[in-house]
This record gives sequence, structure tokens and C-alpha cells, in this order.
Amino acid sequence: MKKISHHKKIKTNHSPFSILHSQFTEHLAKIVLTFSGGITSLAILLIVIFLFKEGLGLFKSPAVEKGYALCVNSSNSIEHLTSFQIKEIFDGEITEWKVENGELRMENEEDNSQLIELFHFEDIFSLYDEEEFGENYELLPEKLGEMIAQNQGIIAYIPEEYLPTENPNVKILPSENISISDFFGGKEWLPTSIPSAQFGVLPLIAGTLLVSIFAILIALPLGLGVAIYLSELASERIRKIMKPTIELLAGIPSVVYGFFGLVVIVPLIQKIFDIPVGETAFAGSLILAIMALPTIITVAEDSMRNTPRSMREASLALAATKWQTVYKVVIPYAASGISTAVVLGIGRAIGETMAVLMVTGNAAVIPHSLFQPVRTIPATIAAELGEAPAGGAHYQSLFLLGCILFIITMIISVTAEVLSKRRVEN
Amino acid sequence: MKTQFFKTSIFAVMILVASVFETQAQKIKGSDTMLPLSQKEAEAFMKKNPSKTVTVTGGGSGVGISALMEGTTDLAQLSRKIKFDEKKKLQEKGKTVKEVTVAYDALAVIVHPSNKVTNLTREQLEGIFTGKIKNWKEVGGTDMPIVPYSRETSSGTYEFFKESVLNKKNYMPGIMSMPATGAIVQSISQTKGAIGYVGLAYLNKSVKAVHVSYDGGKTFVEPSVANAKNETYPIVRPLYYYYDTKSEAKVKAFIDFVLSAEGQKIVSEIGFIKK
Repeated sequence: MKKISHHKKIKTNHSPFSILHSQFTEHLAKIVLTFSGGITSLAILLIVIFLFKEGLGLFKSPAVEKGYALCVNSSNSIEHLTSFQIKEIFDGEITEWKVENGELRMENEEDNSQLIELFHFEDIFSLYDEEEFGENYELLPEKLGEMIAQNQGIIAYIPEEYLPTENPNVKILPSENISISDFFGGKEWLPTSIPSAQFGVLPLIAGTLLVSIFAILIALPLGLGVAIYLSELASERIRKIMKPTIELLAGIPSVVYGFFGLVVIVPLIQKIFDIPVGETAFAGSLILAIMALPTIITVAEDSMRNTPRSMREASLALAATKWQTVYKVVIPYAASGISTAVVLGIGRAIGETMAVLMVTGNAAVIPHSLFQPVRTIPATIAAELGEAPAGGAHYQSLFLLGCILFIITMIISVTAEVLSKRRVEN
Repeated sequence: MKTQFFKTSIFAVMILVASVFETQAQKIKGSDTMLPLSQKEAEAFMKKNPSKTVTVTGGGSGVGISALMEGTTDLAQLSRKIKFDEKKKLQEKGKTVKEVTVAYDALAVIVHPSNKVTNLTREQLEGIFTGKIKNWKEVGGTDMPIVPYSRETSSGTYEFFKESVLNKKNYMPGIMSMPATGAIVQSISQTKGAIGYVGLAYLNKSVKAVHVSYDGGKTFVEPSVANAKNETYPIVRPLYYYYDTKSEAKVKAFIDFVLSAEGQKIVSEIGFIKK
């Protein structure tokens, strides 16, 4: 209180001191505003840098679980296994060593190759008693070495600190990093698969795009229709009831939408289309469309109502019908607002987590139709980040998924910006 | 004057509440399977010791152990044994953990109530969940595609089922994965070809439990508390609490309570098997 009165007094005086003072305040305000603007931009920039830094670390992680290595018998001529081959071997899909030039052949020809024998590190504890390894497991490498030397077809998955490096009958397969092509071209998402996790993002990207695009295809015509109705056709009384009701929809928490979807929409879809599962991309699209509608309607309606009265009257004076006025005058005038509505709607659809997590079934397969379960990027991050050990490959891969999501939304908003700019120039 | 007094009293209450939480609150985090058990135990424990507060949250066994690593929980509840590398990571952070088995849980394989299949061997289950067996007629049911449901990867149930039933093989790519056990029961009750797995405590009338055989089809055993107790039902796992040995004094009273006759009575009430 004291400060303000002081300020007033100086203002009325108009002394040189007061001018100096007001200049100083102005300057201070400018500094504060610049500072806060700068901090905000910096924070956003830092988030993006952090996202990419964590995410790109994935390509420096080994394809075999960190801290572990794969060993074979030295009589085995294998030199190199891809991450996918390792997974197939440990899943029992590849059962024989068919080696050519140190690489595994994938053809299914009949020949008498050595059978593959799987060995997990924990298996050693069922072969020997705990006491036989010595106090601090000093004898563990030796025992593992013996084990590998005895079995020609063995492939063993062992922690690096217990590697039997001294045993000449043991060959340690070289470790390599997760490759970019495995990540972007892989079709399997098995982030906790042991020994070699599979980080194929194709099914996740496909799922995200499918669900979001169909959500927008459903929501856009509906939303624009309602917006036109509300701004041009509805009576003032109906508008006063309907608009707050629609805006209320935006306030319902997404998990409630998800639960509603799981209990009501999913069984409904299953019954109507007579398909084995109701948790499909279509259920996700439907829920997202319902969630995106309030945003699209409110923003589009506001921009349509902002069309100047003079323009409508000019159109009507030229003998245009009401409908002609709407689509020749009002919609072109409001196009920028409508495109904003679309961007906000798509943003909601692509980034939505909880509702989608509950209704799409979260199956990581590349979908061939709308009536298949899909797994989206946000749902994957939400479901898995909690347990992924910080700094591990799984954790980094989830950050990289975040980067992909960021790039997708950035492309959309830049496109929308360019489109609306072009309209203004025309 | 009145408002002044009011403000002061609110402030005092806040400080009091804060200090209570500071000194007496214990946090339990981890397995969703153990959530109902720990919650009931915590309620009973707090009734007996009104000065103490125990808060219980879920998220999955993996979440519990990473919380223990970061020191954001006092007790981690796990529905699987701690992994070798988790133990090593804890050691690197200077923490040695102690393990307490508090109860046993049986996993039931469930299908839609209209499904005619009542018996499945371990090999058949492996085939179904790894995607080799795709139709119910291959295991003696009607001609209908099989829709397997699984938990998310953070779940201890997911890991245990993979180890015990799938022989450590990966689930088929594209298995339906649900964020919670309740969601699995809900989905299976409304999908005709569905199959999934849940803890015994989650069984209800909306789904049908399958009898399982681990000896190649000689004997099929129904999942029930009695069969789990006499060790004829094969898919049984221990449930653990893990804590840092440094905070033993803080959590001892609660663990003793859970292991006491009174605490173990709650274990059976929830549908788990007494230790």
C-alpha cells in the first residue's frame, strides 16, 4: 500500500526524478517480461534437448541386455548373431546351428546340423549347490566354463562379470549396439525380452496414426456440422443450452471416457460387427472422436460467429441463400479458426493416453484393418515407463518414442501454419 | 480476532499432520496383485496402532523395486522373486535388501463362461500364449479364434506366467495387453474366444477357470485355495516384501503384524494362501 501511494505522489509532481523513476519502472518491466519469455522458451528447448538426448542414447546401448554377454562352444563357427536371431533362438524358433561364413542361415533346409541348446544364467544354480561357487562366487566363472566346454551346441547367457574368459573352449560372441534400422524397421515390440529385447516401432507408429486419423475423420465432419448448426441455424435459446453442455464434455477426465469405452462401446462393437474381439482401433477412434469433438466444435463455432455482420448482409443482399452464405462467405472467412480447431483436435487425439490404453487392446501388431487391436505410442509410454529401469535401453527407447510423437505433432502444426498462412496471402 | 484464531489453528493442524506423516508414515509400493492384501493389512495394522500410517500403492512389481532403488518407498511388494540384476543394481547403490515371504498366490487361467474347454495342459497353454495354437478346435473346443490376453510388461504376474507356463519364451507379438487385472477379467467376461490369467483372488462368476495339467495331461487340477495348499495345483508363486536392511526398524512392526496369526487370517480372507 505504501509503495503505490508513494508512486502516485511522484507522478503528480512531474519532477525530473519522477520521469527517471517511471523510465526505470518501464525498463524493469521490460527486463522482467523478456526474462520470463526467455525462461519459458529455454524450458521448452531444454525439454526437447533432454528428450532427444535420452532417446538417442538407445543407439549406444548393446543389443544384448546390458552387462550380459552370449557365449558358445569354441567348436561353433558362429561369429555374429543379429538381435532378431537371438530372440528367435531363445524362443525356440531356430533350433539348429546352420552356420555359413560365421552367420546364421535362416533357410529351412534339411541337414544334420548341431542342435541348439539354450542355457540361462540362473540354470547354473540348479546344476550346482550354492556352496560350490565359493564365498563371493569366485568359482562361478570356472563352473560356467566347464558347462560350456562340455556342450557343443550350447548358447549361454551370462553376466559379464562371471564370463569364463580363461577357458579356451569358450567363445564369447561380440556385442553390438542396437541399430537404427532395427528400431525403425523392426516389426516386433518386446522391450523386456531376454536376452535381446526387440524395439521395433513400426507397429506402434502404424497404430498411433491409424487410430488418430480415423478419429479425426469421424470428428471433423461431425464437429464442423455441429459448429455450423450452432453458429448459423440454432436459435439463441438452444445455443445457450447446447454450448455449455458440449463444453462440459471437454471437462470429463479421459480415464472416465476409457472406462465408458471398455464397458459400453467395446462390447457394442463386438456385437454389431460380429468380430472375435471388441478392443479394436475402431473403438479407440470412436472414443478419441468423442473426446476431440468439444474442442473442434467450440473453436470452430467461435471463429464462425466472428464473421462480420456486414459480410453476411452483403451476401444476403446479393440474393444468396442462407446455405450459400454459410459455405461461400462464413466458412472461408473462418478457415483459419477452423484449421486451428483441427490442429487442436488432432493434438488431443494423437497424444491421448488413458482412454486409448483401455479400449484398443494394446497389441503391438501392424494393423491391416480398423477392426484389429492396436498399440499406440502414448499408451506404450504410459504403460511401460514406470517399470523401465532409469538409463536402460527400455527407458531410452520410450524416450525415443516420445521424440517420434513430438516430430509427428510438429509436422502437423507446421503444416497447419503453412496452410493458414497461404490462405491469408490469397 | 476470530479469524486470526482460526488461521492459527489451521496452521497448527497442518504442522501436526505434516509431522505425523514425517515420522510414522510407511510407504508400500509395487505389485498390483498384492494391492488388496497390503491394503487390508495396512487398515488392520493402523486400527491396532493408531499412531502409525501406512500408505499402499500399486504399479507393478518392477515399479516397486525401482521405487526401493530410488528410496521413494520403504517396502516393495513383489509378486516375483527379485531379479539378479535388480539385486546387483541395489547393491551398487549401497543397499542390501531383505526378502520376506508373506503369502502364496495361485494363478488361474480363465476363459469366457460359455467356453466348453475345461482342461488344458501346460504345453497347450504355451502354444496358445506364444501364438502357435490359434483356434479353440485345436484344443477340443468349438471352431472359434483364440484371443489371448496378457498383463503389461511391468507386471510380476506377466513375468511369473512367462517363466512358469511359457518356459521363458516370449509371448506372441501382438498379444492383447491390459493395464490392470480388473481389465482382464472385464474383457474376458465380454469376449467369447478370450483366454487370460489372473490371481486366484480375482476369480469371480463372470469368468470360468480352466483346470491345468503339468504332467502332460494325466491329471488336471482345478485352481482353488485347497489345491494350492496341498501343492497339487502347479501355477503357484510366493509373494514377497522387500526392504532395505537400513530401514528395518521402521518396517519391522508392520511385517511382524502381517506374519502374525491375525495378519495371516487376512491373507486367507483375500483369497491368497497362508504362509
